[in-house]
Amino acid sequence: MEKEILLEVRHLSIGFESYNAKVEKVIFNAISDLSLTVHKGEIVAIVGSSGSGKSLLAHAVMNILPDNARTGGTMFYKGELLTPERMNRLRGHEIAFIPQSVAFLDPLMQVGEQVVGTLGEKARALQQKAFEHFGLKQSVAKLYPFQLSGGMARRVLLSTSYVAETEMIIADEPTPGLDLKIAIEALKDFRLLADQGKGVILITHDIDLALHVADKIAIFYDGRVVETADTQTFRGDGQGLKHPYSRALFHALPQNGFNLQRCPKCGATCATWNVDEKGMRCGCGNS
Amino acid sequence: MAEAKFQKVETGGMNRRRKVLLIIAAGVLALAVISIWGACMDPAKYAPNYEARRLMPSLSHLFGTDHQGRDMFFRTICGLSTSIQIGLLSAVISSLVALFLGSLSAVFGGRVDTAVGFMVDLCMGVPHLILLMLISIAMGGGAAGVITGVAVTHWPNLTRVIRAEVLQVRSAQYVQIARKLGMSKWHIAAKHIVPHVFPQYLVGLILLFPHAILHEAAITFLGYGLPLDTPAVGVILAESMKHLATGMWWLAFFPGIALLLVTQLFDIVGDYLKILIDPHSARQ
Amino acid sequence: MAILEVKHVDFRYGSGPWILKDISFSVEEGERVAILGPSGYGKSSLAKVIAGYLQPQGGEVLWEGKPLPPSGFCPIQLIYQHPEKALNPRWKMKDSLEEAGVPSGEVLTEMGIQEKWYERWPNELSGGELQRFCVARVLKPETRLLICDEMTTMLDAINQAHIWNFVLSYAEKHNMTLLAITHNQYLADQVATRVLRIPELNHIQVDRSEL
Repeated sequence: MEKEILLEVRHLSIGFESYNAKVEKVIFNAISDLSLTVHKGEIVAIVGSSGSGKSLLAHAVMNILPDNARTGGTMFYKGELLTPERMNRLRGHEIAFIPQSVAFLDPLMQVGEQVVGTLGEKARALQQKAFEHFGLKQSVAKLYPFQLSGGMARRVLLSTSYVAETEMIIADEPTPGLDLKIAIEALKDFRLLADQGKGVILITHDIDLALHVADKIAIFYDGRVVETADTQTFRGDGQGLKHPYSRALFHALPQNGFNLQRCPKCGATCATWNVDEKGMRCGCGNS
Repeated sequence: MAEAKFQKVETGGMNRRRKVLLIIAAGVLALAVISIWGACMDPAKYAPNYEARRLMPSLSHLFGTDHQGRDMFFRTICGLSTSIQIGLLSAVISSLVALFLGSLSAVFGGRVDTAVGFMVDLCMGVPHLILLMLISIAMGGGAAGVITGVAVTHWPNLTRVIRAEVLQVRSAQYVQIARKLGMSKWHIAAKHIVPHVFPQYLVGLILLFPHAILHEAAITFLGYGLPLDTPAVGVILAESMKHLATGMWWLAFFPGIALLLVTQLFDIVGDYLKILIDPHSARQ
Repeated sequence: MAILEVKHVDFRYGSGPWILKDISFSVEEGERVAILGPSGYGKSSLAKVIAGYLQPQGGEVLWEGKPLPPSGFCPIQLIYQHPEKALNPRWKMKDSLEEAGVPSGEVLTEMGIQEKWYERWPNELSGGELQRFCVARVLKPETRLLICDEMTTMLDAINQAHIWNFVLSYAEKHNMTLLAITHNQYLADQVATRVLRIPELNHIQVDRSEL
């Protein structure tokens, strides 16, 4: 049975205006073509190296990009066009953002109160249930954000989306600095939410992590999603992968041989090749 | 890869960055014109002329004349020029003190840092104007007294800024790596630290000018600064107080406004320069 | 004889909790050793102590039987996790690359460093491209031990394999000793001839419950 589509991003592009040395206005294209579909009950990981701009996807969906950003493309949420106005209404209710840092929590408010938010007393019971759900002690509700560890803060943020009955969660590097085993443990919380029919976008640089928790993996490179593949295709010999870049990525993993293709003519490894929609080839002119 | 990422979207015309540059250039030019014009002015232009006393502002006397028939426009320009020169000199001295103490504090740390911090607190703890007057009087008043007074009271803020900047760049990873690559202290200071601190220093220096100028005018106004025969804005304003009651409002009004404009101009130049060098605003 | 000896090293910042406690191990010349373990065990602090960036409160680090020289080109070089912090943002790439002399043509070609990047600023290149510059500038005959502290953690797998494959072949060819610090078991197995586990080296209590 085909699951319902929750969020669809079509050909998103994001550029930033800036100035060069000659004081001419230039646009830096951080994302040139990003398409992504998230179904209900699904964790989609978007994987790319740090600083490559993939976090901007979250900022674009949440409509929290800085003023000098210029965007293109369209987004649909539950089949309807996602305009900035609609996003501002949905943000924090139907769509939640789990950022890298705890800076998004109000530093002067007890976290229990923040989780209940504007929903009033009826949410109090839900908050207690959420804390229980994510393994937080009820006494944590009386703490302030600076008293939380990184993991507790993440679970408090998740409780917020639990209470607000969020449909869709976008998490940006939610487990920075954690080693694989503990990170997978931490991301079980996301699996719990996905199994309740919510959609999750997991933005990460760690492909091992994505392989362990995601249903689908979108490979992000040089401002583009080169391929979105089921996690299964990354098992075995990786022959199910369509784009040569994804296959090269697969074979370059330390557990898969640490191998890189070399250009038969000049000997340069594929890390230096040019990548486009169809494939990748060496800049020396030889395919 | 990286090469296609920056796209030029326009070549000519105005954009925000160009406007900022233009404002800075215009501000600097205006200040330069005033100070050179005033410095080179023939004193006869504002000499007493008893046939043209107490005149209202008109086309022949833009700011009017005073009870001795001196042309207030030329006197004001000359006064502003004096103020800018004194401000320039004392701000430069002050900023050099800040540069020295701030770097010392950051490089040596420990007791030197504590001592400098104590001096900063001491200087900031005493009311500014009183300290200024005391120093000016102790130095025997006059231009030397004003310059010394303003110079030795305006360094604490900039010292803190420079200390923080030097500390930050010294602990930056790329500087630590340069040390391990065998680079000498001089290389690191000249190639890494100075280029990092200099823009901050420049902005601090320019933002010191308005303070220096206003404080010079203030103590001169109160009679503890420049002698009465110099064409200074503080002197002009103090004199005008005696004649306000006789209805000669223009004596205080125009020189006062002019002083305000000049200090604002310095502030604008400093603030826009800050926008220009701040990496966070580089993209706007 | 061991080229590097770490003897009973203790370290903490100021009077804070101990980060490193009684760490001892040694590395032979030409060996490739990985220090493996999860975050929170002071791996990065250990790297900085060995490379001479931090002074230990107890114990000592000996290089060829002596303490490290305090100045000059250090025979132990350290590559960090974040290349963008290891390059002066106000310098063009060429200036950073050649700060301690021009790298050899072999290094530049094999690392895939393109000359058209020389006139660029660090914020115009990707992390993988920047890290190639950081590695290339220390691959010199004077570098005898290279410490790679999560060198490729923030990069994609292709750049990771690219940089590591070259560093490994360079180390082999020039008899350079390697110390790889990583949280990735697979990577440690790929690059090292010997794997040390930081929880067994470092005698501190780590509270893992709150991570």
